[in-house]
Amino acid sequence: MSVFYALLAVGLLALAFGLILGYAAIRFRVESDPVVEQIDAILPQTQCGQCGYPGCRPYAEAIANGDDINKCPPGGESTIRKLADLMGVEAKPLDAAHGTEDIRKVAYIREDECIGCTKCIQACPVDAIVGTSKQMHTVLIDECTGCDLCVEPCPVDCIDMVPLQVTTSSWRWQLDAIPVRTIE
Amino acid sequence: MQSLIEKIRQGKFSDFPGGVHPPQRKTLSNQTPIAKLPLPQRLYVTIKQHIGVEGHLEVRPGDMVLKGQPLTKSMNPFAVPVHAPTSGEVTTIAPHVSAHPSGLAEMTIEIRPDGKDEWIALAPLQDYQNQPKLKVIERICHAGISGMGGAGFPTHIKVSPKKNVEFLVVNGVECEPYISSDDRLMREHAWQIRQGIDVITHLLNPKHVLIAIEDNKPEALHAMQVACQENPDYVVCSIPTKYPAGGEKQLIQVLTGREVPNGGLPIDVGIMMQNVGTCFAIADAIFTGKPLIQRVVTLSGECFDKPGNVWALLGTPVSHLLQQGQYQPKRQRSRQLIMGGPMMGFNLVSDQVPVVKITNCILAPTEREMVQADEEQPCIRCSACADACPASLLPQQIFWHAKAKELDKAGEYNLFDCIECGACAYVCPSQIPLVHYYRVAKAEIRLQEEEKHQADKARERFEARKLRLEQEKAEREEKHRQAAEARRKALEQQESTTGNKVSAAVARAKARQQTQAAKEETPASDKVAAAVARAKARKARQEQESTSRDKVEPGEESKQDKVASAIARAKAKKAKQENASTAPDQAESPTGEQQTKASAGLNQTRESGAEPSEKQPAGDMAPSKDTKAARVAAAVARAKARKAAADQDKDQKLSPAPESASPTVALEVDEEKKQRVAAAIARAKAKKRVGVSSTDKQQDKSKS
Repeated sequence: MSVFYALLAVGLLALAFGLILGYAAIRFRVESDPVVEQIDAILPQTQCGQCGYPGCRPYAEAIANGDDINKCPPGGESTIRKLADLMGVEAKPLDAAHGTEDIRKVAYIREDECIGCTKCIQACPVDAIVGTSKQMHTVLIDECTGCDLCVEPCPVDCIDMVPLQVTTSSWRWQLDAIPVRTIE
Repeated sequence: MQSLIEKIRQGKFSDFPGGVHPPQRKTLSNQTPIAKLPLPQRLYVTIKQHIGVEGHLEVRPGDMVLKGQPLTKSMNPFAVPVHAPTSGEVTTIAPHVSAHPSGLAEMTIEIRPDGKDEWIALAPLQDYQNQPKLKVIERICHAGISGMGGAGFPTHIKVSPKKNVEFLVVNGVECEPYISSDDRLMREHAWQIRQGIDVITHLLNPKHVLIAIEDNKPEALHAMQVACQENPDYVVCSIPTKYPAGGEKQLIQVLTGREVPNGGLPIDVGIMMQNVGTCFAIADAIFTGKPLIQRVVTLSGECFDKPGNVWALLGTPVSHLLQQGQYQPKRQRSRQLIMGGPMMGFNLVSDQVPVVKITNCILAPTEREMVQADEEQPCIRCSACADACPASLLPQQIFWHAKAKELDKAGEYNLFDCIECGACAYVCPSQIPLVHYYRVAKAEIRLQEEEKHQADKARERFEARKLRLEQEKAEREEKHRQAAEARRKALEQQESTTGNKVSAAVARAKARQQTQAAKEETPASDKVAAAVARAKARKARQEQESTSRDKVEPGEESKQDKVASAIARAKAKKAKQENASTAPDQAESPTGEQQTKASAGLNQTRESGAEPSEKQPAGDMAPSKDTKAARVAAAVARAKARKAAADQDKDQKLSPAPESASPTVALEVDEEKKQRVAAAIARAKAKKRVGVSSTDKQQDKSKS
């Protein structure tokens, strides 16, 4: 008889906890894999597709599923290092098959050559190109991620990738500019 | 327990950790009164001379400006204007080497003085105490005043705080070696500085006003004590000399023992600090109405034959100051000019750098005074830097991480609390330029943050775009679905109603069209119109035949109609495409395409005529549509002519032998546009050819 009671008690407990867990699973449900979010936050969001995936988020998902972390040329070494920290893997050099790290560039449309075909507008992943059909297009420098995707579709090759101008606010200190030390 | 203010009155101060005692060398420049300078040949007024955003340009090249006239306008709370330092002509507005360690060019207004030095009409605000505070603050902003001690923070923001101010500290410490501009200013203009303090006191209502001066400037201390003796609330404090006591956070610690929290501002501990130079400028702006157009600059170092302090107009190139101080470049092995002091200043890249609002000193030291740092030696972990650090940081640890580019770890050691005073580099036995490592790391971290911000923005835009595209796709599908449904319904309706009515209406419309076409045949003089008319007539005939056939099966009529029109449209399109791809010679019958086009137009007309709801208006609309068709034909002909011209032009380009027919055609169309179109087509073609050839090659390769 006591065996029956024990079974009953354990069974009830199991039922109760099962209900609690089931409720918690619904109530505190996590929409998507938070690791993907974290990886996505590290990636540079150029949406350039140089990694072989159609955007930064798909690559983030791929990394979460065990893909290599060294396929992002725009992010370069610093991104690889951060990804290595996050994923707990060894940082490795950038995979040259996907491109090399370059200085930051932005697209520039030579406006007198633009024929207004809107092909670059359709290619731009971040809507950084303004213009309409048969009208001249131009690039919003502040929004351009330098992903190169607009260069290929242009039928008249009027888009250049130009390096971003260094200003006094984006200037990096050079060590040789060090001033002086006073001696007695 | 004494209250804080009693302690301060008795001269009992706290101390800040660390600090160094470099040789002062102030007597080099503080012995002579502040000299006035002759006007330079050119003035270079940098548009942005402070922290924040630049003002909106108000002048153009060629404008004549008066002394004190605003050159930019403040459109933003963080913008302060700049003013013309003298009367003259604005010659250019272009990038010019800036007073920044990088020496990068920044937008600068170049003024050629006319020598008259004529003031703009000034409007002093003598009775500022009776004016609303906002007006006084506005006046300070419009006078272009930003902090003259170091960073150049807009003063009008500082003097309109949201929190209560317990202590107003006027900073006359000037702790860096060589510099004596504030010292001389206090000695000679103590009274006006006090007036400026009065204005700030009126705006801020602080409980106490402290005027802090290092004890190595007894004359300045005396002058300020005399100027402030009327007001017992103003306490002139003589603080012990130690570098960097003039740093904002260090001075607060010395005076009150309070520490500004990490990432906080002095106002968080109830303190507001202003430089003596700023107070002087405020007094100028309020009592005389003069904007900030000049400041005291120390010329010091043993390379100057006549060191001292001068009133330099903002925008004066350093070369002019060197001339005045009788700079002897021979005393330096390699030319070295420093803007700022020996501890925190930076080397100038050019002597054309202009004086800006925060320029306090031009230093030209000899080799003996200042030895170029030797080769950097490895860190020996002596911790002398940690002992010297006034911010209680661990410089060697930060250096370690900054060098290894482990920026987040450097950040964990509170890199951003570093005030870049240079005390650590001064004491370092290994001659490591520590501050520069910190500056590099700070710039790097700031850039990374900026990039992060950019990435977030890009992600947002990318996601918004994706959402938009999806929405558009869904909308399109929905539209297609609705259209299909409508078609189906219409078909059903047609089938249900007697087909006779429809076909009768169609026949009526046709007949009317035919007569219209017949009428048009006679007046049509040009070939195009004739061709169109012929095409129409033929079409109409065919149509009649088909309708008579169709009468047997009225349900299928509209369907057949549609198919016919679609075929006609497709043919027209094909003809056009062929035209575009194989560069056509003009001899080829142009009427062929026109006919198809015209017939397509006609078909459309007929289609609309067949619509049961538009039985009557269809007939009325027919003539207008006919003229429209004629117009379309004409447009096509025009386009063709242009295209032919373009093609000929291209042919000319490709084959150097010129064709005789081309110039006459080319003259007809707009020259420039034609060329551009031709160039674009040529480029596109060239690109295509390259692509084709490359793919061909690839195919060849794969074949082989």
